[in-house]
Amino acid sequence: MKYISEFRDADLVARYLEEIHRTATRPWSIMEVCGGQTHSLVKNGILQMLPEQVRMVHGPGCPVCVTPLNLIDKAVYLALEKGTILCSFGDMLRVPGSSQSLLEAKAAGGDVRILYSPLEAVKIARENPGREVVFFAVGFETTAPANALSVLHAQRSGITNYSILTSHVVVPPAIEAVMNDPDSNIQGFLAAGHVCAIMGMDEYFPLVERYQIPIVVTGFEPVDLAQGILMTVRQLEQGSHQLENQYARVVRPEGNPEARKVIEQVFRISDRDWRGIGNIPLSGYELRPEFAAYDATLKFDIVIPHASESKECIAGQVLKGIKKPHECPQFGKKCTPQHPLGAPMVSSEGACAAYYHFSQALADTETA
Amino acid sequence: MCLAIPGLIQSIESLHDGMVSMAKVKFGSITKEASLEMVPHAKPGDYVLVHVGVAISIVDEEEAKKTFEYLSQIGEIDELIEHTQA
Ligand code: SF4
Repeated sequence: MKYISEFRDADLVARYLEEIHRTATRPWSIMEVCGGQTHSLVKNGILQMLPEQVRMVHGPGCPVCVTPLNLIDKAVYLALEKGTILCSFGDMLRVPGSSQSLLEAKAAGGDVRILYSPLEAVKIARENPGREVVFFAVGFETTAPANALSVLHAQRSGITNYSILTSHVVVPPAIEAVMNDPDSNIQGFLAAGHVCAIMGMDEYFPLVERYQIPIVVTGFEPVDLAQGILMTVRQLEQGSHQLENQYARVVRPEGNPEARKVIEQVFRISDRDWRGIGNIPLSGYELRPEFAAYDATLKFDIVIPHASESKECIAGQVLKGIKKPHECPQFGKKCTPQHPLGAPMVSSEGACAAYYHFSQALADTETA
Repeated sequence: MCLAIPGLIQSIESLHDGMVSMAKVKFGSITKEASLEMVPHAKPGDYVLVHVGVAISIVDEEEAKKTFEYLSQIGEIDELIEHTQA
Protein backbone atom coordinates (compact mmCIF):
# COMPACT_ATOMS: atom_id res chain seq x y z
CA MET A 1 0.00 0.00 0.00
CA LYS A 2 1.21 3.49 -0.86
CA TYR A 3 0.76 6.36 1.52
CA ILE A 4 -0.13 9.86 0.54
CA SER A 5 3.15 11.25 1.80
CA GLU A 6 4.60 10.01 -1.49
CA PHE A 7 2.06 11.79 -3.65
CA ARG A 8 1.51 15.13 -5.25
CA ASP A 9 1.06 18.01 -2.84
CA ALA A 10 1.42 15.80 0.23
CA ASP A 11 1.86 18.83 2.49
CA LEU A 12 -1.30 20.36 1.16
CA VAL A 13 -3.21 17.12 1.78
CA ALA A 14 -1.95 17.09 5.36
CA ARG A 15 -3.05 20.70 5.81
CA TYR A 16 -6.53 20.02 4.44
CA LEU A 17 -6.86 17.05 6.76
CA GLU A 18 -5.81 19.14 9.76
CA GLU A 19 -8.34 21.76 8.74
CA ILE A 20 -11.06 19.10 8.54
CA HIS A 21 -10.18 18.02 12.09
CA ARG A 22 -10.42 21.61 13.27
CA THR A 23 -13.66 22.33 11.41
CA ALA A 24 -15.77 19.25 12.17
CA THR A 25 -17.55 19.71 15.50
CA ARG A 26 -20.52 17.41 14.90
CA PRO A 27 -20.99 14.03 13.17
CA TRP A 28 -21.53 14.24 9.40
CA SER A 29 -22.23 11.60 6.75
CA ILE A 30 -20.90 12.43 3.30
CA MET A 31 -21.24 10.22 0.25
CA GLU A 32 -18.66 10.06 -2.50
CA VAL A 33 -20.66 8.96 -5.51
CA CYS A 34 -17.85 7.74 -7.71
CA GLY A 35 -16.19 4.34 -7.28
CA GLY A 36 -12.87 5.77 -8.43
CA GLN A 37 -13.05 8.11 -5.44
CA THR A 38 -13.90 5.23 -3.09
CA HIS A 39 -10.87 3.36 -4.40
CA SER A 40 -8.63 6.40 -3.88
CA LEU A 41 -9.97 7.17 -0.37
CA VAL A 42 -9.33 3.61 0.75
CA LYS A 43 -6.09 3.01 -1.11
CA ASN A 44 -4.40 6.23 -0.05
CA GLY A 45 -5.36 5.82 3.58
CA ILE A 46 -7.45 9.00 3.70
CA LEU A 47 -10.30 7.26 5.51
CA GLN A 48 -8.01 6.57 8.44
CA MET A 49 -6.92 10.16 8.63
CA LEU A 50 -10.37 11.70 8.82
CA PRO A 51 -11.80 12.65 12.21
CA GLU A 52 -14.32 10.27 13.73
CA GLN A 53 -17.14 12.74 13.14
CA VAL A 54 -16.69 12.66 9.37
CA ARG A 55 -18.14 9.44 8.04
CA MET A 56 -17.58 8.77 4.33
CA VAL A 57 -20.29 6.61 2.81
CA HIS A 58 -19.49 4.84 -0.44
CA GLY A 59 -22.00 5.41 -3.19
CA PRO A 60 -23.30 3.50 -6.21
CA GLY A 61 -20.90 5.06 -8.74
CA CYS A 62 -19.31 1.88 -10.02
CA PRO A 63 -20.73 0.98 -13.43
CA VAL A 64 -19.54 -2.59 -13.15
CA CYS A 65 -21.32 -3.00 -9.81
CA VAL A 66 -24.70 -1.69 -10.94
CA THR A 67 -24.94 -3.51 -14.30
CA PRO A 68 -27.94 -5.83 -13.84
CA LEU A 69 -27.55 -9.60 -13.60
CA ASN A 70 -29.88 -9.93 -16.55
CA LEU A 71 -27.49 -8.00 -18.80
CA ILE A 72 -24.50 -10.13 -17.76
CA ASP A 73 -26.61 -13.16 -18.71
CA LYS A 74 -27.40 -11.52 -22.07
CA ALA A 75 -23.72 -10.88 -22.74
CA VAL A 76 -22.86 -14.49 -21.89
CA TYR A 77 -25.68 -15.67 -24.17
CA LEU A 78 -24.42 -13.50 -27.05
CA ALA A 79 -20.91 -14.93 -26.60
CA LEU A 80 -21.91 -18.58 -26.31
CA GLU A 81 -25.21 -19.08 -28.11
CA LYS A 82 -24.96 -16.49 -30.87
CA GLY A 83 -21.27 -16.91 -31.61
CA THR A 84 -20.59 -13.19 -31.57
CA ILE A 85 -17.25 -11.59 -30.78
CA LEU A 86 -18.22 -10.17 -27.39
CA CYS A 87 -15.99 -7.23 -26.45
CA SER A 88 -15.92 -5.70 -23.01
CA PHE A 89 -13.91 -3.59 -20.59
CA GLY A 90 -11.75 -5.91 -18.50
CA ASP A 91 -13.55 -5.14 -15.23
CA MET A 92 -16.75 -6.79 -16.45
CA LEU A 93 -15.26 -10.21 -17.02
CA ARG A 94 -15.42 -11.65 -13.53
CA VAL A 95 -18.81 -10.20 -12.59
CA PRO A 96 -20.99 -13.17 -11.70
CA GLY A 97 -24.00 -13.78 -13.92
CA SER A 98 -26.79 -16.08 -12.80
CA SER A 99 -24.98 -19.17 -14.06
CA GLN A 100 -21.64 -17.90 -15.31
CA SER A 101 -19.44 -14.86 -15.80
CA LEU A 102 -18.00 -13.68 -19.12
CA LEU A 103 -14.66 -15.14 -18.05
CA GLU A 104 -16.30 -18.55 -17.67
CA ALA A 105 -18.02 -18.08 -21.03
CA LYS A 106 -14.59 -17.41 -22.53
CA ALA A 107 -13.19 -20.57 -20.94
CA ALA A 108 -16.17 -22.47 -22.39
CA GLY A 109 -15.12 -21.40 -25.89
CA GLY A 110 -16.85 -18.03 -26.26
CA ASP A 111 -14.95 -15.38 -28.24
CA VAL A 112 -14.76 -12.84 -25.44
CA ARG A 113 -12.24 -10.02 -25.87
CA ILE A 114 -11.04 -7.43 -23.39
CA LEU A 115 -10.66 -3.99 -24.89
CA TYR A 116 -9.46 -0.63 -23.66
CA SER A 117 -11.86 1.31 -25.84
CA PRO A 118 -15.17 0.71 -27.67
CA LEU A 119 -13.55 2.26 -30.75
CA GLU A 120 -11.30 -0.81 -30.94
CA ALA A 121 -14.42 -2.97 -31.19
CA VAL A 122 -15.44 -1.09 -34.34
CA LYS A 123 -12.01 -1.86 -35.76
CA ILE A 124 -12.51 -5.56 -34.98
CA ALA A 125 -15.87 -5.42 -36.77
CA ARG A 126 -14.18 -3.86 -39.79
CA GLU A 127 -11.55 -6.59 -39.83
CA ASN A 128 -14.08 -9.41 -39.39
CA PRO A 129 -16.89 -8.64 -41.83
CA GLY A 130 -18.24 -12.17 -41.59
CA ARG A 131 -18.75 -12.05 -37.80
CA GLU A 132 -21.04 -10.08 -35.51
CA VAL A 133 -19.19 -7.91 -32.99
CA VAL A 134 -20.94 -6.72 -29.83
CA PHE A 135 -19.51 -4.21 -27.36
CA PHE A 136 -20.78 -4.41 -23.78
CA ALA A 137 -21.31 -0.67 -23.32
CA VAL A 138 -21.40 -0.05 -19.58
CA GLY A 139 -20.61 3.19 -17.85
CA PHE A 140 -21.64 6.50 -16.37
CA GLU A 141 -21.76 9.78 -18.28
CA THR A 142 -17.96 9.86 -18.61
CA THR A 143 -17.99 6.76 -20.80
CA ALA A 144 -21.11 7.63 -22.80
CA PRO A 145 -19.31 9.77 -25.43
CA ALA A 146 -16.93 6.89 -26.24
CA ASN A 147 -19.74 4.36 -26.53
CA ALA A 148 -21.84 6.76 -28.61
CA LEU A 149 -18.88 7.55 -30.83
CA SER A 150 -18.31 3.85 -31.53
CA VAL A 151 -21.83 3.69 -32.97
CA LEU A 152 -21.23 6.84 -35.03
CA HIS A 153 -17.92 5.49 -36.35
CA ALA A 154 -19.65 2.26 -37.41
CA GLN A 155 -22.45 4.21 -39.07
CA ARG A 156 -20.11 6.61 -40.88
CA SER A 157 -18.01 3.81 -42.31
CA GLY A 158 -21.00 1.67 -43.25
CA ILE A 159 -20.19 -1.12 -40.80
CA THR A 160 -23.28 -3.24 -40.18
CA ASN A 161 -21.83 -6.11 -38.12
CA TYR A 162 -21.37 -3.96 -35.01
CA SER A 163 -23.80 -3.43 -32.15
CA ILE A 164 -23.73 -2.51 -28.46
CA LEU A 165 -25.32 -4.02 -25.39
CA THR A 166 -26.06 -0.90 -23.38
CA SER A 167 -25.99 -0.57 -19.62
CA HIS A 168 -25.64 3.17 -19.23
CA VAL A 169 -26.46 4.92 -15.99
CA VAL A 170 -26.40 8.57 -14.94
CA VAL A 171 -25.52 10.12 -11.60
CA PRO A 172 -28.19 12.71 -10.64
CA PRO A 173 -31.13 10.24 -10.38
CA ALA A 174 -28.92 7.99 -8.23
CA ILE A 175 -28.39 10.89 -5.82
CA GLU A 176 -32.16 11.33 -5.73
CA ALA A 177 -32.67 7.62 -5.07
CA VAL A 178 -30.22 7.77 -2.18
CA MET A 179 -31.87 10.90 -0.74
CA ASN A 180 -35.36 9.42 -1.11
CA ASP A 181 -34.42 6.22 0.70
CA PRO A 182 -35.71 6.49 4.27
CA ASP A 183 -32.80 4.38 5.54
CA SER A 184 -30.08 6.64 4.25
CA ASN A 185 -28.92 9.66 6.22
CA ILE A 186 -26.52 11.34 3.83
CA GLN A 187 -25.98 15.04 4.46
CA GLY A 188 -23.65 15.99 1.63
CA PHE A 189 -22.19 14.64 -1.60
CA LEU A 190 -18.92 14.68 -3.45
CA ALA A 191 -19.98 14.62 -7.11
CA ALA A 192 -17.78 12.78 -9.60
CA GLY A 193 -15.29 15.09 -11.32
CA HIS A 194 -14.99 13.25 -14.61
CA VAL A 195 -18.75 12.89 -14.95
CA CYS A 196 -19.06 16.67 -14.58
CA ALA A 197 -16.18 17.20 -17.03
CA ILE A 198 -18.66 15.89 -19.61
CA MET A 199 -22.04 17.00 -18.27
CA GLY A 200 -21.16 20.24 -16.51
CA MET A 201 -22.76 21.31 -13.25
CA ASP A 202 -26.25 22.55 -14.15
CA GLU A 203 -28.11 19.39 -13.30
CA TYR A 204 -26.85 19.48 -9.70
CA PHE A 205 -28.37 22.86 -8.78
CA PRO A 206 -31.92 21.45 -8.44
CA LEU A 207 -30.62 18.67 -6.16
CA VAL A 208 -28.88 21.15 -3.87
CA GLU A 209 -32.13 23.12 -3.64
CA ARG A 210 -34.56 20.25 -3.30
CA TYR A 211 -32.65 18.34 -0.62
CA GLN A 212 -30.90 21.34 0.95
CA ILE A 213 -27.56 19.56 0.82
CA PRO A 214 -24.06 20.67 -0.14
CA ILE A 215 -22.67 19.05 -3.29
CA VAL A 216 -18.99 19.53 -4.15
CA VAL A 217 -17.70 18.45 -7.57
CA THR A 218 -14.44 16.69 -6.69
CA GLY A 219 -11.49 15.03 -8.42
CA PHE A 220 -10.03 11.67 -7.49
CA GLU A 221 -6.49 12.36 -6.29
CA PRO A 222 -5.76 12.55 -2.55
CA VAL A 223 -5.38 16.33 -2.68
CA ASP A 224 -8.74 16.67 -4.45
CA LEU A 225 -10.58 14.39 -2.05
CA ALA A 226 -9.14 16.05 1.05
CA GLN A 227 -10.10 19.47 -0.29
CA GLY A 228 -13.56 18.32 -1.45
CA ILE A 229 -14.30 16.83 1.97
CA LEU A 230 -13.12 20.01 3.67
CA MET A 231 -15.36 22.16 1.45
CA THR A 232 -18.34 19.92 2.26
CA VAL A 233 -17.67 19.88 6.01
CA ARG A 234 -17.32 23.68 6.03
CA GLN A 235 -20.72 24.05 4.40
CA LEU A 236 -22.29 21.54 6.77
CA GLU A 237 -20.90 23.31 9.83
CA GLN A 238 -22.17 26.66 8.52
CA GLY A 239 -25.56 25.19 7.67
CA SER A 240 -25.24 26.19 4.04
CA HIS A 241 -26.08 24.15 0.96
CA GLN A 242 -24.35 25.11 -2.23
CA LEU A 243 -22.95 23.58 -5.35
CA GLU A 244 -19.18 24.08 -5.38
CA ASN A 245 -16.47 23.01 -7.78
CA GLN A 246 -13.25 21.69 -6.25
CA TYR A 247 -12.07 20.30 -9.60
CA ALA A 248 -12.15 23.53 -11.62
CA ARG A 249 -8.85 22.68 -13.29
CA VAL A 250 -10.73 20.00 -15.26
CA VAL A 251 -14.47 20.72 -14.85
CA ARG A 252 -15.97 23.71 -16.61
CA PRO A 253 -19.48 24.69 -15.50
CA GLU A 254 -20.87 23.89 -18.94
CA GLY A 255 -19.03 20.57 -19.24
CA ASN A 256 -17.90 19.46 -22.68
CA PRO A 257 -20.48 20.64 -25.25
CA GLU A 258 -19.16 18.40 -28.07
CA ALA A 259 -19.41 15.33 -25.87
CA ARG A 260 -22.91 16.22 -24.74
CA LYS A 261 -23.94 16.70 -28.34
CA VAL A 262 -22.72 13.23 -29.30
CA ILE A 263 -24.46 11.65 -26.31
CA GLU A 264 -27.70 13.38 -27.25
CA GLN A 265 -27.41 12.40 -30.88
CA VAL A 266 -27.07 8.69 -30.11
CA PHE A 267 -28.80 8.09 -26.77
CA ARG A 268 -32.03 9.07 -25.06
CA ILE A 269 -32.88 8.97 -21.36
CA SER A 270 -34.59 5.79 -20.20
CA ASP A 271 -35.53 3.96 -17.02
CA ARG A 272 -32.77 1.65 -15.81
CA ASP A 273 -32.39 -1.27 -13.46
CA TRP A 274 -29.44 -0.86 -11.12
CA ARG A 275 -28.07 -4.10 -9.79
CA GLY A 276 -28.72 -4.33 -6.07
CA ILE A 277 -30.87 -1.18 -6.05
CA GLY A 278 -33.68 -1.85 -8.51
CA ASN A 279 -35.36 0.31 -11.10
CA ILE A 280 -34.64 4.04 -10.98
CA PRO A 281 -36.82 6.12 -13.34
CA LEU A 282 -35.01 8.09 -16.04
CA SER A 283 -31.63 7.02 -14.73
CA GLY A 284 -29.84 5.81 -17.84
CA TYR A 285 -29.39 5.94 -21.58
CA GLU A 286 -30.67 3.73 -24.36
CA LEU A 287 -30.01 4.00 -28.09
CA ARG A 288 -32.37 6.27 -29.97
CA PRO A 289 -34.72 4.51 -32.40
CA GLU A 290 -32.66 5.85 -35.35
CA PHE A 291 -29.80 3.67 -34.12
CA ALA A 292 -31.87 0.53 -33.55
CA ALA A 293 -29.66 -1.34 -36.04
CA TYR A 294 -26.81 -1.00 -33.52
CA ASP A 295 -28.81 -2.23 -30.53
CA ALA A 296 -27.73 -5.80 -29.68
CA THR A 297 -30.95 -6.45 -27.74
CA LEU A 298 -32.99 -5.74 -30.90
CA LYS A 299 -30.58 -7.29 -33.37
CA PHE A 300 -30.43 -10.67 -31.70
CA ASP A 301 -33.16 -12.88 -30.39
CA ILE A 302 -31.98 -13.24 -26.81
CA VAL A 303 -33.77 -15.93 -24.87
CA ILE A 304 -32.68 -16.23 -21.29
CA PRO A 305 -34.57 -17.42 -18.24
CA HIS A 306 -35.43 -14.90 -15.54
CA ALA A 307 -32.84 -15.06 -12.79
CA SER A 308 -32.80 -13.61 -9.34
CA GLU A 309 -29.90 -12.28 -7.31
CA SER A 310 -28.01 -14.28 -4.75
CA LYS A 311 -29.86 -13.88 -1.45
CA GLU A 312 -26.58 -13.74 0.45
CA CYS A 313 -25.26 -10.59 -1.20
CA ILE A 314 -26.35 -7.30 0.37
CA ALA A 315 -24.86 -5.19 -2.42
CA GLY A 316 -27.99 -3.02 -2.60
CA GLN A 317 -27.49 -1.80 0.96
CA VAL A 318 -23.78 -1.32 0.36
CA LEU A 319 -24.39 0.67 -2.83
CA LYS A 320 -26.87 2.95 -1.11
CA GLY A 321 -24.45 3.47 1.76
CA ILE A 322 -26.70 1.84 4.38
CA LYS A 323 -24.19 -0.89 5.20
CA LYS A 324 -20.40 -0.92 4.94
CA PRO A 325 -18.87 -3.83 3.01
CA HIS A 326 -17.45 -5.53 6.09
CA GLU A 327 -20.90 -5.54 7.66
CA CYS A 328 -21.94 -8.09 5.03
CA PRO A 329 -21.80 -11.57 6.63
CA GLN A 330 -20.20 -12.97 3.47
CA PHE A 331 -17.44 -10.36 3.23
CA GLY A 332 -14.04 -12.06 3.05
CA LYS A 333 -15.68 -15.42 3.79
CA LYS A 334 -17.80 -16.80 0.96
CA CYS A 335 -17.18 -13.62 -1.02
CA THR A 336 -13.66 -12.62 -2.11
CA PRO A 337 -12.26 -11.02 -5.28
CA GLN A 338 -11.30 -14.54 -6.43
CA HIS A 339 -14.82 -15.85 -5.86
CA PRO A 340 -17.13 -12.84 -5.84
CA LEU A 341 -20.76 -13.35 -4.85
CA GLY A 342 -21.68 -9.85 -5.92
CA ALA A 343 -20.37 -7.24 -8.32
CA PRO A 344 -18.94 -4.78 -5.73
CA MET A 345 -16.33 -7.43 -4.92
CA VAL A 346 -15.17 -7.62 -8.54
CA SER A 347 -14.12 -4.20 -9.74
CA SER A 348 -11.37 -2.24 -8.06
CA GLU A 349 -13.91 0.59 -7.99
CA GLY A 350 -16.40 -1.54 -6.05
CA ALA A 351 -16.61 -0.76 -2.35
CA CYS A 352 -16.34 -4.42 -1.28
CA ALA A 353 -13.17 -5.04 -3.30
CA ALA A 354 -11.65 -1.75 -2.15
CA TYR A 355 -12.24 -2.75 1.46
CA TYR A 356 -11.01 -6.27 0.87
CA HIS A 357 -7.74 -5.19 -0.73
CA PHE A 358 -7.05 -2.59 1.88
CA SER A 359 -8.53 -4.26 4.90
CA GLN A 360 -5.87 -2.70 7.04
CA ALA A 361 -7.42 0.68 6.42
CA LEU A 362 -10.73 -0.82 7.37
CA ALA A 363 -9.47 -2.26 10.66
CA ASP A 364 -8.12 1.12 11.68
CA THR A 365 -11.10 3.27 10.83
CA GLU A 366 -14.16 1.14 11.22
CA THR A 367 -13.99 -0.32 14.68
CA ALA A 368 -17.10 1.61 15.63
CA MET B 1 -12.18 1.72 -16.21
CA CYS B 2 -13.53 5.07 -15.03
CA LEU B 3 -10.28 6.99 -14.95
CA ALA B 4 -9.15 9.50 -17.50
CA ILE B 5 -5.42 9.47 -18.20
CA PRO B 6 -3.45 12.50 -19.45
CA GLY B 7 -1.33 12.06 -22.56
CA LEU B 8 0.50 14.11 -25.20
CA ILE B 9 -0.92 14.37 -28.72
CA GLN B 10 1.75 13.40 -31.24
CA SER B 11 -0.04 13.37 -34.56
CA ILE B 12 -3.52 13.31 -36.04
CA GLU B 13 -4.51 10.93 -38.84
CA SER B 14 -7.54 10.71 -41.01
CA LEU B 15 -8.66 7.11 -41.53
CA HIS B 16 -11.14 5.24 -43.73
CA ASP B 17 -11.56 7.88 -46.43
CA GLY B 18 -11.73 10.68 -43.91
CA MET B 19 -14.69 9.15 -42.07
CA VAL B 20 -12.77 8.72 -38.84
CA SER B 21 -9.99 10.85 -37.47
CA MET B 22 -7.74 9.50 -34.73
CA ALA B 23 -4.71 10.85 -32.90
CA LYS B 24 -1.61 9.13 -31.64
CA VAL B 25 -1.34 10.00 -27.95
CA LYS B 26 1.69 9.27 -25.83
CA PHE B 27 1.23 8.12 -22.23
CA GLY B 28 4.71 7.90 -20.71
CA SER B 29 6.46 5.18 -22.65
CA ILE B 30 3.47 3.92 -24.61
CA THR B 31 1.47 5.33 -27.48
CA LYS B 32 -2.20 4.67 -28.15
CA GLU B 33 -4.87 5.83 -30.56
CA ALA B 34 -7.50 8.22 -29.28
CA SER B 35 -10.33 10.20 -30.81
CA LEU B 36 -10.18 14.00 -30.59
CA GLU B 37 -13.77 14.54 -31.69
CA MET B 38 -14.80 15.84 -28.24
CA VAL B 39 -11.88 18.31 -28.19
CA PRO B 40 -11.92 19.69 -31.75
CA HIS B 41 -9.43 22.45 -30.93
CA ALA B 42 -6.74 20.08 -29.67
CA LYS B 43 -3.57 19.91 -31.78
CA PRO B 44 -0.27 18.03 -31.70
CA GLY B 45 1.74 19.14 -28.68
CA ASP B 46 -1.36 19.56 -26.45
CA TYR B 47 -2.05 17.40 -23.42
CA VAL B 48 -5.48 15.77 -23.23
CA LEU B 49 -7.31 13.65 -20.67
CA VAL B 50 -8.21 10.40 -22.39
CA HIS B 51 -10.96 8.12 -21.15
CA VAL B 52 -11.43 4.73 -22.87
CA GLY B 53 -9.94 5.94 -26.13
CA VAL B 54 -11.65 9.34 -26.30
CA ALA B 55 -10.06 12.64 -25.26
CA ILE B 56 -12.53 14.49 -23.03
CA SER B 57 -10.64 17.67 -22.16
CA ILE B 58 -7.45 19.61 -22.78
CA VAL B 59 -5.24 20.07 -19.71
CA ASP B 60 -2.06 22.04 -19.16
CA GLU B 61 1.29 20.33 -19.21
CA GLU B 62 2.07 20.64 -15.53
CA GLU B 63 -1.33 19.30 -14.54
CA ALA B 64 -0.94 16.43 -17.00
CA LYS B 65 2.46 15.48 -15.64
CA LYS B 66 1.37 15.56 -12.00
CA THR B 67 -1.72 13.45 -12.68
CA PHE B 68 0.24 10.98 -14.77
CA GLU B 69 2.79 10.66 -12.00
CA TYR B 70 0.04 9.96 -9.47
CA LEU B 71 -1.63 7.36 -11.69
CA SER B 72 1.73 5.63 -12.23
CA GLN B 73 2.33 5.50 -8.49
CA ILE B 74 -0.99 3.83 -7.77
CA GLY B 75 -0.49 1.35 -10.59
CA GLU B 76 -3.25 2.59 -12.90
CA ILE B 77 -0.95 2.92 -15.89
CA ASP B 78 -0.13 -0.81 -15.71
CA GLU B 79 -3.64 -1.56 -16.88
CA LEU B 80 -3.10 0.57 -19.96
CA ILE B 81 0.19 -1.18 -20.70
CA GLU B 82 -1.47 -4.59 -20.35
CA HIS B 83 -4.05 -3.58 -22.93
CA THR B 84 -1.36 -2.41 -25.29
CA GLN B 85 0.53 -5.67 -25.20
CA ALA B 86 -2.60 -7.80 -25.57
S1 SF4 C 1 -19.11 -8.62 0.36
FE1 SF4 C 1 -19.73 -9.80 -1.44
S2 SF4 C 1 -21.70 -10.69 -0.85
FE2 SF4 C 1 -21.30 -9.00 0.58
S3 SF4 C 1 -22.27 -7.19 -0.36
FE3 SF4 C 1 -20.14 -7.20 -1.06
S4 SF4 C 1 -20.23 -8.29 -3.02
FE4 SF4 C 1 -22.15 -8.79 -1.95
